[in-house]
Amino acid sequence: MSATRITVAAVLATLAALALLPLFGEKFTVQIFTKIMIMAILAMSLDLLLGYTGLVSFGHAAFYGAAGYALALLTPQYQAASFWTSLPLAVAASAALALVIGFFVVRTRGIYFIMVTLAFAQMLFFLFFDTKIAGGSDGIYIDVRPVARIGGWQVFNLENFVHVYYLALAFLALTYWLLRTILNSPFGRVLAGIRVNEHRMLSLGYPTFSYKLACFVIAGAVAGVAGYLSAVQYGVVNPEMLGWHLSAALMMMVILGGMGTLVGPALGAAIWMLLELGLQGLPESGGVNLGKHWQLFMGGFVVLATLLLPHGLAGLAQVLRGRGHKRD
Amino acid sequence: MSSAVLRTQGLTRRFGGLVAVRDVSLECRTGEVHAVIGPNGAGKTTLINLLSGDLRPSSGRVVLGERDVTGFPPQRLSRLGVGRSYQRTNVFLPFTALENCRIAAQSRLKSSMRFFRPAPTLREVNAAAERALAAVGLQDRAGIAVEALSHGEQRQVEIAMALATRPAVLLLDEPLAGMGAEESARIVALLKELVSKHAILLVEHDMDAVFAVADILTVMVNGEVLESGTPDNIRSSRAVQEAYLGVAQQSGHA
Amino acid sequence: MDFHTFLIQLLNGVQYGLLLFLVSSGLTLVFGIMGIINVAHGSFYMIGAYLAWSLVGGLGSFWIALPAGIAITLVLGLLLEVLLIRKLYDRDHLYQVLLTYGLILIFEELRSLLWGDDVRGVPIPEVLSASIPLTETQSYPVYRLWISAVCLVVAGLMVWVIQKTRLGMIIRAGSANREMVQSLGIDVRLVYRLVFAAGITLAALAGMIASPVSAVFPGMGNQVLIVCFVVIVIGGMGSVKGAMLASLLIGLVDTFGKVLHLEVAGVKLLPELSSMTVYLLMAIVLLWRPEGVFGRRP
Repeated sequence: MSATRITVAAVLATLAALALLPLFGEKFTVQIFTKIMIMAILAMSLDLLLGYTGLVSFGHAAFYGAAGYALALLTPQYQAASFWTSLPLAVAASAALALVIGFFVVRTRGIYFIMVTLAFAQMLFFLFFDTKIAGGSDGIYIDVRPVARIGGWQVFNLENFVHVYYLALAFLALTYWLLRTILNSPFGRVLAGIRVNEHRMLSLGYPTFSYKLACFVIAGAVAGVAGYLSAVQYGVVNPEMLGWHLSAALMMMVILGGMGTLVGPALGAAIWMLLELGLQGLPESGGVNLGKHWQLFMGGFVVLATLLLPHGLAGLAQVLRGRGHKRD
Repeated sequence: MSSAVLRTQGLTRRFGGLVAVRDVSLECRTGEVHAVIGPNGAGKTTLINLLSGDLRPSSGRVVLGERDVTGFPPQRLSRLGVGRSYQRTNVFLPFTALENCRIAAQSRLKSSMRFFRPAPTLREVNAAAERALAAVGLQDRAGIAVEALSHGEQRQVEIAMALATRPAVLLLDEPLAGMGAEESARIVALLKELVSKHAILLVEHDMDAVFAVADILTVMVNGEVLESGTPDNIRSSRAVQEAYLGVAQQSGHA
Repeated sequence: MDFHTFLIQLLNGVQYGLLLFLVSSGLTLVFGIMGIINVAHGSFYMIGAYLAWSLVGGLGSFWIALPAGIAITLVLGLLLEVLLIRKLYDRDHLYQVLLTYGLILIFEELRSLLWGDDVRGVPIPEVLSASIPLTETQSYPVYRLWISAVCLVVAGLMVWVIQKTRLGMIIRAGSANREMVQSLGIDVRLVYRLVFAAGITLAALAGMIASPVSAVFPGMGNQVLIVCFVVIVIGGMGSVKGAMLASLLIGLVDTFGKVLHLEVAGVKLLPELSSMTVYLLMAIVLLWRPEGVFGRRP
């Protein structure tokens, strides 16, 4: 199908362009794009849940933050953790958390699912915010970034922002490949069936609870990768990483880009981050610091986008290409 | 006569004060088409829902083979060999006809928790899907999205999906509804073919089809079994004629 | 814990629960009747509190500020419904969540622009500023009792309107079958407009009467929203009965959780982890009845 080929070509071209960026861009730009790529990974993980399985999770940031906190807690003071152990452990932490929370929330449907995912994520937020487990509202610093050594050879140096950039890029590509593969697999087809008609899937013999839970865990694990990378990039974790503002922003990224397309949400993440950056940089006007109140414009954007672009940009693209919004 | 594959004993289902199905006991055997007929509101669809697990009985038992399956949910019953088609088309509209059958056939794998090979490479699953589509005569429409098919064709997909799960018992809820004469004839012929290896419970309003294919008829009125027997017995039963055909005359539909 | 301390905590728990009921009943009614989830509902609680601060300060009297605040919020609710909310009927819950989330951001920033980010306080009206003495050292504020009384009166009004009036009948019918009611010539849209405006006004009212005892601070709307969600998950979406039951339960559990001491195997659970008690309650209900105690079985 030509649509798929165009998509693959576009994805490869984008990855190539991203690979070249550090050669031409300055530090600030490279760091912005690192952040964007991390958000893209996170948004794609939510698309698996929201776009492909129809599970509207309003607490997805919890799994992003959990991995970040895991790295922070695994890092000894003033020393570095090992990349090779801390990454799998952090991702495992997110996955385990997703398994526990998922066990409770996946048994709900529709509006309840939205509310309980938010509620559990908030529970986690308060756990870190109110208690001294991990620095409370201030968060924790990661004094030394994880080291990636094999024998005496340092494979890459995460204190170097360019190395962090390429690590994020590598995971972006890996995540896209992994999610595409999963979605085309028998498991992925079950998810698609669940989204379209869960009742029928049940009557065909599929234990849909297990599949939804598995999807929830996978999405949580991938979110954990993003959280780990984010902690590596900034060297600090705080409760906002678990907060519902991020969860809501993620949902917006997925919708804006076009849910159920993987590339759409990644694009949505880029647009959202750039928009946020642009709005935060607004100058003062009429005695009011517009940049400080960027969320006002963001809110307006969200309202308008929801009203005018129900299928996001990907849907818009399809309409422009002359086809209606069709899938599979 | 083979032993019953699916049996109910005193099956009852209440909705608040309304008793939709009362004390129904019947048997389905391999090699037999057991048709359930009756006027609208007789409780036939509720009965099928009870047999497929979509509803839990208020009292009574459902036995599959040797096993008591009362109250089992649909996904469990399906894996035990109970396949069902729905009265209101219950398919995956955005998927193609083939994909509908493919996902149905895929359900027979021990587990679909397989993440790394593309779904279309499951050869046996594909073959089963293609066979199911061919059985209902839709092989030429395999690549068309079901939402683009005619109502009658959608009903055919509905049946094909049930077939693709290779059930021992087939519960068919008004499979011929909305079908033209040619399609109906094809489905009737299909049922005659299938019956040798399946136990079929058929809820239908199309009396020609019912009398052409049924080995046993059960007549339900107001949630209860009025009478049960061979087509000839039922056809000549005074009670059935009064209750069922009399009611049908009132509503102007036979 | 001695009897008087217990009594105080009991009264506090009930008061908190009743206040929660006031807020969450609005949310659950809007969803039950109109099928719309409004996550900006908590923002109106905040708006009510800030309005109280402004109006009491500006008009000088709590008793004038209260009806003024109610009137303002009703108008705001009607405007919102006409401009935005009615575009959400029949749309996916996801879009309702996102659009109303956008509203949260807008309201937050407007609040920041109009009232600033500082924590404010509203003085307790003089008439209600007394305390009922319980012991030599402990007494209970009359104002808190008044809060509970207001909530109970509103609850009673709500039940009366819904069960005993023609409007309530239309509302109940409209939530069951919108098209049918419309075909009977009743303007369902007007009913929806009123229900929405009333719903958010309930939240604002709660914010107004709560403001003298709880601080008026920026995050108060979001905080109460989350608890409302827990109320609805436990009580069942669309059920006023469920909202009352769940609110009282949560009010009591949360209040007592903060004052009890519980240590298990050397780990201090209460009051350190008191903020989690409510979620634990929710988790238990989810295992038992995922659609809520009085929710409709799917």
